[in-house]
Amino acid sequence: MADASSERDTPAKPRLLSDPKFRALVFQILASITVAAFIFFIVRNTLHNMELRGISTGFGFLDRASGFGILQSLIEYNETSTYGRTFLVGLLNTILVSALGVFFATIIGFIMGVLRLSSNWLISKLAAVYIEIFRNIPLLLQIFFWYYAIGFNLPGPRQALSVGESLFLSNRGLYLPAPVFEDGFMATGLAIIGSIVAVIFLARWARKRFEATGQLFHTVYASLAILIGVPALVFFATGSPMHLDYPSLQGFNFQGGVAVIPELFALTLALSIYTAAFIAETVRSGIQAVSHGQTEAASALGLRPSWTLRLVVIPQAMRVIIPPLTSQYLNLTKNSSLAAAIGYPDLVAVFAGTTLNQTGQAVEIIAITMSVYLLLSLIISIFMNWYNAKMALRER
Amino acid sequence: MNFKRISVLTATATVGLMIAGSASAGATFDAVKKKGFVQCGVSTGLPGFSATDDKGNWKGIDVDACRAVAAALFGDASKVKYTPLNAKERFTALQSGEVDMLPRNTTWTYTRDTSLGLNFAGVNYYDGQGFMVSKKLGVKSAKELSGAAVCIQAGTTTELNLADYFRANKMEYKAITYDSSDETVKAFEAGRCDMLTSDQSQLYALRIKLSDPSSAIVLPEIISKEPLGPVVRQGDDEWFNLVRWSLFAQINAEEAGVTMKNVDEMMKSADPNIRRILGIEGVKGEFLGVEDKWAYNIIKQVGNYGEMFERNVGEGSALKISRGLNALWNKGGIQYAPPIR
Repeated sequence: MADASSERDTPAKPRLLSDPKFRALVFQILASITVAAFIFFIVRNTLHNMELRGISTGFGFLDRASGFGILQSLIEYNETSTYGRTFLVGLLNTILVSALGVFFATIIGFIMGVLRLSSNWLISKLAAVYIEIFRNIPLLLQIFFWYYAIGFNLPGPRQALSVGESLFLSNRGLYLPAPVFEDGFMATGLAIIGSIVAVIFLARWARKRFEATGQLFHTVYASLAILIGVPALVFFATGSPMHLDYPSLQGFNFQGGVAVIPELFALTLALSIYTAAFIAETVRSGIQAVSHGQTEAASALGLRPSWTLRLVVIPQAMRVIIPPLTSQYLNLTKNSSLAAAIGYPDLVAVFAGTTLNQTGQAVEIIAITMSVYLLLSLIISIFMNWYNAKMALRER
Repeated sequence: MNFKRISVLTATATVGLMIAGSASAGATFDAVKKKGFVQCGVSTGLPGFSATDDKGNWKGIDVDACRAVAAALFGDASKVKYTPLNAKERFTALQSGEVDMLPRNTTWTYTRDTSLGLNFAGVNYYDGQGFMVSKKLGVKSAKELSGAAVCIQAGTTTELNLADYFRANKMEYKAITYDSSDETVKAFEAGRCDMLTSDQSQLYALRIKLSDPSSAIVLPEIISKEPLGPVVRQGDDEWFNLVRWSLFAQINAEEAGVTMKNVDEMMKSADPNIRRILGIEGVKGEFLGVEDKWAYNIIKQVGNYGEMFERNVGEGSALKISRGLNALWNKGGIQYAPPIR
C-alpha cells in the first residue's frame, strides 16, 4: 500500500467525502441520530396516547398495597405488602426455580452425555432414547405432564404418604421437617464457615505440593472430615442448639415444617429434564471433539481410564462445552416463565400477571419484567464468560 | 452491540406502534359502523355468560349484550365477531382497540373505571363472590375454612376479595392462581385445593363442568359485591351511549311487558311508554345515531332483559339461577333503568 501511494501523483487536497474514515463517521452519526429520534418519537407517542385515553402512567403503583396472597414466598409477604414487594417475591421465585433447574439439568445432562458415549450398547441406546424423547416434545406439554401426572395423582392431605411421621407427601406438596435455630447456633455457623475456608487452603496446599513433588494427597477425604467433623463437634459441644419443626395435619392442611409445593416440583422437573437432554448432546459433542490421540497418549502413559477422563478429556472438552452450555442456562431461565401455566408464582405470573391486571399499568410492568429477564440473562452470560476464560487453554 | 440495540429497539417500536396504530382508528362508533360488525371481547368459555354451544355458536348474556348493540346499530344481531380473552388479557385488548366492547363478566370497580381509560356502560348481572367446596369435607360455612388451599383465577377481583375475607376473619389460606377458569376446575377436581372461589354465578357454571357435579356444594356465604357489566374505551361518548342504552332498552322492555313474541303486536299498542320504547312516537333514534326502531330490533332479535336472563342462566338453561338481585326493581330485585323519553 505504501509503495503504491508513493508512486501515484498525490492530489493536492484529498476530497473529504472519499475519505473512508470520515464517511464511516458520518454514517454512524446519521444512524445514531435516526435511532435516537425514533426512540424519542415512540416514547413520546406512547405517553401522549396513554394520557389521551386517560390511562394513568408512572411507577407510583409500586408503593401501593397489593391486597392479594401469593402461594410461595421466600421473603416475608402478606396482603398488606406493596406491589414492589410482589415484584421481589416473583423475582426470587423465578431465581429459585431457575437455579434449581440449572443445577439438576447440569448433573443429569453430564451423566446422560457421558452415558451416550458408553461402549455398552444398552446404556448408550437408553441415553439416546432419553435425549430424543425429551428434546423433541414441547416444554409446555412436559410441564403439564409432570404437573397433572404427578401432582394430581397423589393422595389428599388426610391420606398423605408419610415416612416416620415427619415427612409427608400429598397432592398439596412435600412437607419436610424444618430446622429451627436457637440462640447458641451462631458458634456452629461460624464453625461451618471456618471449615470451608480451611478446606480451600488445604486444597491449595495439596496442589502446590503435588506440582512440586508429584505426591498425591487425599484432599477429598480430608476435606469431608473437616467439613462434617468440625461443625458437628462445635454443635454438640454447645449443647445442640437446634431442633426440628415437624409438619402436622391441622384442619385441611399440614402446618409447620417446610413445604415443597407441587408446582415448584413439576416445574423444576420439567425444566431440568428438558434442558438436560440438550446439555447431554452438548457434552457428547464436546467429548467427541477431543482427538482420540489424546486418549491413546494418556493410556500409553499408563493413566487409568477414570483419570484419563478427568485429567485429559474433560478439561479439553469443557472448552467446547461451555459456550453452548451458557445458551442452555439462558434458555432454562427464560423458559421458567412458563410457570404461569401451572400456577407457580414466578415473576410473570405474579408481577406481569396479577399485578398488571390489578393496576392496569401494562407498559411499565412489561418494561420492568423484560429488563429483569435481560439483566438475569446478562448476569448468567458474564459469569459463564468468566468461567470460560478460566477454563481456556493456557499456554505455558 | 449493534444487534442488541436493534433488537431492543424493535421491541420498543412494536409496543409503541401498537398503541399508535389504535389511536389513529378514531371514534369507535364511526369505525364500527364503517366495518359493519361489532368486535366483541368475551370469556374463553363460561356457560351462561359467554360460551360456545355444540354447534360452535357463542351463547350467553354477555354475548347477548354485543348482539343487542349490533341489532341497534345495524338492525341485525348477527353482525358480531367474538374474541375470547382470559382475565389477564381483557383490559389490554380493549385499551389497544382489539375489541370494541368488553362484556366479559367484568366487575365494575373504582380502579378499573378511573385509571384504565375505560368506562362501564351498565350492569347486566349483579353478582357476588362465593365458595364451592367438596361435599366430602363436610363444611357448612366459609368460616370453617381456615388453613384451606383455594383455587382461583388470576387477574380477577376475586383474588383481592378472598384475601380481604380471610384477613378480616383472621384465617389462613393458600391461594393457587391459574390463568383460566378451566384449570381451576381441573385442579379443584384433582384435590389440589379444598375450595374454589369465584363469582357465585360462575361457581354454578363451573360446577356443571365437574365430572360429578353433585360431589361439590356452593356455600351460602356471599363475600363481595360484583356488579358485572359491559366495558368500553373512554373518549367516545356516542359509542358509550349506544352500549349503555342497548342494555337499558332491554330492561325497560321487560318492565313494559314487551317480549320477543309480542313485540309486533305491541307496535299497535296505545301505551305511550311502549310507543316511545319502540320508537313510534316521541324520541328519535338519531339521538343515538341509529334508526328509530333500534329498540324494536333489539327486542325482536335478542329479547328483553328477563327473556335473555332466563334463556342463558335462568330456568331455560342448565344453570337454573334464580333472578335474585337481578329481578326488576318492582319485583324485589335491583335492576332498574332510566326511562326512555
